[in-house]
This record gives sequence, structure tokens and C-alpha cells, in this order.
Amino acid sequence: MSAYNFAYLDEQTKRMIRRAILKGLAIPGYQVPFASREMPMPYGWGTGGVQVSAAVLIPDDTFKVIDQGSDDTTNAVSIRTFFERTAGVETTTVTRDASVIQTRHRIPEERLHEGQILVYQVPIPEPLRFLEPRESETRKMHGLEEYGLMHVKLYEDISRHGHIATSYAYPVKVEGRYVMDPSPIPKFDNPKLGDMAAIQLFGAGREQRIYALPPYTQVVSLDFEDHPFEATKADHACSLCGSEDSYQDEVIIDDAGRRMFVCSDADYCKARQAAGHHGKDAA
Amino acid sequence: MQPQALTGGFTDPAVQSAHAFRSVMEAMARPGTLREISGAEPPAPMSRAAGAVLLTLCDSDTPIYLAGAVDCPAVRNWLSFHTGAPLVGPAECMFAVGSWSDLGPLSIYPIGTSEYPDRSATLVVECPQLTASGAILTGPGIKETAALSLPELAAFQDNRTLYPLGLDFIFTSGVRVAAVPRTTEVS
Amino acid sequence: MYVAVKGGERAIENAHAWLAEERRGDTEIAELSVAQIREQLSLAVHRVSAEGSLFDPDLAALAIKQARGDLIEAIFLIRAYRTTLPRFGFSKPVDTGVMTCDRRISASFKDLPGGQVLGPTFDYSHRLLDFKLAAEGEVPEAPSQEAEAGDVPHVTDFLNREGLIEEPPHGDTPPPDLTREPLEMPADRALRLQALTRADEGFALGLAYSTQRGYARNHAFVGELRIGSVPVEMEIPELGFAIEIGEVVLTECETVNQFKGSKAEPPQFTRGYGLVFGQSERKAISMALVDRALRWEELGEDNIGAPAQDAEFVLYHADNIQATGFLEHIKLPHYVDFQSELELVRKLRREAGTDQVQEAAE
Repeated sequence: MSAYNFAYLDEQTKRMIRRAILKGLAIPGYQVPFASREMPMPYGWGTGGVQVSAAVLIPDDTFKVIDQGSDDTTNAVSIRTFFERTAGVETTTVTRDASVIQTRHRIPEERLHEGQILVYQVPIPEPLRFLEPRESETRKMHGLEEYGLMHVKLYEDISRHGHIATSYAYPVKVEGRYVMDPSPIPKFDNPKLGDMAAIQLFGAGREQRIYALPPYTQVVSLDFEDHPFEATKADHACSLCGSEDSYQDEVIIDDAGRRMFVCSDADYCKARQAAGHHGKDAA
Repeated sequence: MQPQALTGGFTDPAVQSAHAFRSVMEAMARPGTLREISGAEPPAPMSRAAGAVLLTLCDSDTPIYLAGAVDCPAVRNWLSFHTGAPLVGPAECMFAVGSWSDLGPLSIYPIGTSEYPDRSATLVVECPQLTASGAILTGPGIKETAALSLPELAAFQDNRTLYPLGLDFIFTSGVRVAAVPRTTEVS
Repeated sequence: MYVAVKGGERAIENAHAWLAEERRGDTEIAELSVAQIREQLSLAVHRVSAEGSLFDPDLAALAIKQARGDLIEAIFLIRAYRTTLPRFGFSKPVDTGVMTCDRRISASFKDLPGGQVLGPTFDYSHRLLDFKLAAEGEVPEAPSQEAEAGDVPHVTDFLNREGLIEEPPHGDTPPPDLTREPLEMPADRALRLQALTRADEGFALGLAYSTQRGYARNHAFVGELRIGSVPVEMEIPELGFAIEIGEVVLTECETVNQFKGSKAEPPQFTRGYGLVFGQSERKAISMALVDRALRWEELGEDNIGAPAQDAEFVLYHADNIQATGFLEHIKLPHYVDFQSELELVRKLRREAGTDQVQEAAE
């Protein structure tokens, strides 16, 4: 792949993305427009995350890619291979060894440390989009800090269902100012967003937006006094490693519909098993 | 054009700018932390750190304002050759470079609009020295508090009141770089 | 015993190998060459050039071959390649007045200087399958004659001379570049046209058709439609003058539309404009109709809420590479989100007392 520049993108494109990242860090939760490029993978498949990763990677990095928490899902494999080829970086599946982690839909279970960067792939960066489809309107609403519509929507859920019926991509407020979409992570992951030691960068390629959370930023999941936010997950232990605290996927294992629950974070589960923890179905 | 203008750029742009950017990004994400940044050899009086910041972030899309002593033919030629950035006045710039006293007053720089607060200037402040002491910093990116040798307090306190509008600052001295974004409270 | 899914890498490699085999098809049948595609599937090549925003017939033909004839996939290949190319500069605006026309028709005048030239069109062909082609017969040579000398004037210029049609917009402001700057609203006409010329042909066609059926009807006549090649010139700063760097094939459509006039403007005709790479008149006419519909505000017309009047709707949904990527991404795993929805629905059902599901089924 020597026909392409280090980390694929040309330098002018990287500068444009880098400027957007800096402004994003300076205005946490605000969506900075950027001139997203056509990438050699489809829009909606992580082009925003890939462009952000390409702009921050250095040759000494150790890179990890997860999709649904796992390093082995096909799109994670595809993106990891892309950067192995174009940036020549080391890759890993071990969360704590990675300096840059690109993710789709999960935050790793293990607490990230300073010196790490978490890059999110974002499909729809605008938290107000499904309440107001027009970009021209939602931009005004952010400018005026007019988030009443969002509260009305959440409150309608409560009056109808008794709960806020949003289970992923659960909106948050950053530093008391911008309402932000945390990407479609399960709301179980929301509490990890705030007060994180790592830098969090969000890239939406098709929608041409970059936003960011510096370390130790105040991030609050929207809620009401009488209906406080609750980070929920399946009330089961992992069948393989026995963890009761991790987010779990439900797997159907036979025609009778029998189910088991296993950690969505593959590295976390593997490390626990290696450390001698076993669930009820462990080999 | 003097031959000096042609030298002193990155010799391996993709890799050197990647390293330089990581330093600037870490600095901006963790206000008050000091990073080293190298690879550029700009003409005097510009510091190597300021030179590397500009090579990493600027090109023909980013108007630059040179304030005071750095606004000299050697620096102008060097920047034009290596970045192609147009040189403009303070009101039109995306980046401004100079010493603290040359950059003021801050009210002339773009601070963004309520719909596009990112359309604001980033000031690269050349400092005689840069140490982790002096003003106390708190805010996003800082676990408890940080300290940085800021040239003064009032300007940063005023800037903070404009949030989410406002200016962002990168401080350079020799090969050192630090940053204070608009979110940082200083005391 | 359940084991977490492994072997994604090998699965991908194998899928690619199978894909390559399928692309080639039966090896008993001769392989298509890129030149054959370029010459014999030229309208597909033109569509890929137009929506790929890169005029290079050989590359477009290669992309079509690689994409097994899936034109949106071929357009994607061209776009992804295009974005990696260095930018040396900008051409001067092309002048369609000096076009070497293969085809040039006007629906608004019976005859006119430069003549009506049908050119290589399907228009009056009877759509009967030609079984002779199945036998791979050679075609007889078409009769030819010398082209008339001189430039072919634009039809709208005749109307303009009488002041019957609005002035075409003038200005030296460089247009924004959609491929280098994020799309922002409100979008000026130059930006809208830029988005429309690379828009999905089917999307543009559907929108244009909707205006004809009354969703922001704009009474369009095809003032002129011309197809041919024009020279591309570029100023070379070191030389101090412009030189010709190549030729592109373009289709241009100018519509003449009714306009009742406003307080500021007397009644006169207005224009819709379409300009597309290659021979692609369905796209050029569609573009002109949608362009005209999007101009409702500047012309003081009513916004009836038609899709074709809504610039934000049109521009954010016209790009088939964005659309197909996002549409198809829903086949990627979403089980983490699905799991959180499962938990929520179970909880809501439990509380509503409707839950018949055996929770302890595992």
C-alpha cells in the first residue's frame, strides 16, 4: 500500500480533521462540521471513526478495533486490517495495551487510562435529529440551548410507559451546556463517559461531524428528579466468565430457544477466564 | 526568496506532523500539561514549537495573523513556502501567532457564532518560558487542578465568560507546548 | 458449547475470493476487456463518470468491470479513488457555447440557427428486442456528412435578446466545493447544482417527475438540450495563460419555465439548468427541473411543501454513495443495541402484566 500516504489520508485532509478535533476538544459535546472524505469503505460502516483514527495515529501506536465489544466481528477485522496496511501500526485485542481504540457501540468494561484515545464510530451525531429532521433547525436549537423538545420526548415516554423508553444512544448533557449523542452505545455504558481518563473522539463521516470529550469531562445522562437515569443490563451472569457486572449479549443456542448470556466485551471475558473465573457453562 | 525560507520544514511530513499533532492534541485535551514538539526549524524569532504547530495545522485554508516581531520577511516567506497560508489581519484569522503583548487586545479576534462556535481563532502565544506553575487551572481535561505559567489571569477569565464562544490558546516556548481552551477556569 | 465468534479475517478473505470468481463468471466465456466496456457500455460509463464526479472513461469502465456491473458500487470505487488524487488547480469554467455537438434539440422552437440535430438517440427507436444483436452481428456504417462550421448558439440567448427570459447569473465568485467543505444550509444555487450533478439519477428523476405531477409544478419546456464534447482549459501560473488540458463529454439542459412576474420583476421566462458529465439527458433534464423547483424562494413563489422545493431534503438525500452506505449498514451487527431494546421491551411488558414469555427458558 505504499502508493498511499501514511494512514491513507493525504496531509491536507488530515490537517482539516485535526483542526476539527482541536475545536471539538475546546467545545466539549459540540458537533464540529468537517469535510468528510469518501473512504474506501461505505458510509455508515465507520468512515467517521476511520478518518479520526487516521488523523490521530502515529507509527508507534498500538491499535485496537471493536464492534459490539468484540475484536472478531467482521467489520472490526476489516478496519483493523486497513490500518495495519496503511499505517503499519501494531494491533492488539488487549484493551489495556492499546493506545488508540476504535469502537462501534461499546465502551470497554475495563477502565481506560491516561494516554489512551477512544474513537467512536457515529451514525447520527445529532441527538435532536429524530425530534427535528432539519439540520438548520437543530443547529439553532443547540445555539440557543433550547433542549425543551428533548425533555418533552423523554417525559412523554414516562407518562406512556412509566420509563424513559430509550435504551441505547441515550442523550447526555456535557459540562452543563451541549446535549450530545454518545453514539449507539447501550445506556449501560453511559456512566463511563464522564470522568474518563482517556480522550474520547467521535467521528460521523456521512454526516460530516466530529465531536469530543476531553478527559474528566462532566457528562450527565438526561433524566428527571422523580425518574433518575438507570444504567441497565440483562440481569444475568456471564456463562463463560461468571461476571455479573459486565454488559451481556443474549445468545440463542438451540431450536427450543434456550438462551445463554455472555460478555459483549470479548477481551474482558477472555482475561477473566484466564485469571481463573468461570461461569456455569465454561468448558 | 531567501534560501532560509526553503529549509526548516518537516523532512518526513506525514510522520512528523502526526507526532506533532498528538502533542498539540494532548495539550489541548489536558490543559496545563507540557508536551515537547519538534521537527520544524523556523527562522527567528519564531520558536521551534510554534513552527511545528503551524506546519501541522495550517495550509491554504487557514488564514494566519502574524503579530509584532514574528511579522518579519523571514517568517512570512518561511510560512508561505511551507504552508501556503494566506497572511491576514487579526479580524480574519483562524490562527494568530506572537508574544502575549503583541497579540492583544483579544477583542479583535473572531470568537465564533452561537451556531458555529468553532469558527473562532486559535492564538499561538510565544512565551519566554513555559512551566507548570503559576495560575491554577480547572475544567474539562483536568482531573483536579493543573498549573501553568500564564502571562495574566483577567484575559482568560473574560474569555471563559463567553463560553461556548471564545478563543483557544496554544502556548509555545522553545520546543515546549501547552494549551488552554475556552473551557478552562483560571485563578 | 458456545464459543465467541472467531475467524472473521478468514471469512472475509474467503468471501473476497468467491466474489472474484463470481465476477469472472463462467471461464468458458471470453473475459470482457475494459476497452469493450468503455466502447460498448458507454452510457453506463457515462453515468459512473457523472455520479463519480470524475471524467475518465477507462477508469469508469474498470470500475464497472470490478463492480460486476453494479453501477452504484462502480461510482463508489471512482469516488474513493478520486478523493485520493492531488489537486493541482482549477480549470476555467467550460464554455458549452463552443461544444462540438453530437445532439442538439430545442422543444420550444421548430427550427433555429445551428439546426435540430437528433444525434445518437433512443428517442424514436421502437423498443423491440433486436435479436440480431444476440448473433453478434456487425452494424452497417451510419451515413455521415461534414458538421456545419461555427459555434452553436444557445436557444435561451435568443429569448434573452428580447428580454423575455431572466438574465443568467453572472459573477466571478468561486463556487464552494462540495467535496472539500461540509454541506451547510442554506445552500446557494452553485452548491445546489454541484450536488445535483453528482446526485443519484433515479432520485433526481423521481423528484423531477414529482414536479411534473404537481408537487411544485414549474411548467418546464426543454429550451435546449445539447450533448457533445467541450475543451477544458486551465490557467498555468508559470505560463501566465490558459492551455487546453483535455476534453470532456457533457450533456446540458436549459429549461424555459413560466413565471408570472413579481413586484420587482416583470413577467418573463425563468431558467432551470442541468449539466452532467457524459451522455445523460435523463439526468440533465431531471436536474434542470429540480434546480428550478428549488429556486422558489428567490423567485418569490409559494412553498407548497413539495419535496422538490425542500433544499435540505433534496441535498441531504441525493447522494447515492451516502445513501447506500447508511442503508446497507443496518446489516452490520447491532446486537448490543438490540439486547438493550430486548431488556427494555421485556421490562415494559412485565410491568404492563402482558408478559407471557418464560423468563427462565435458558
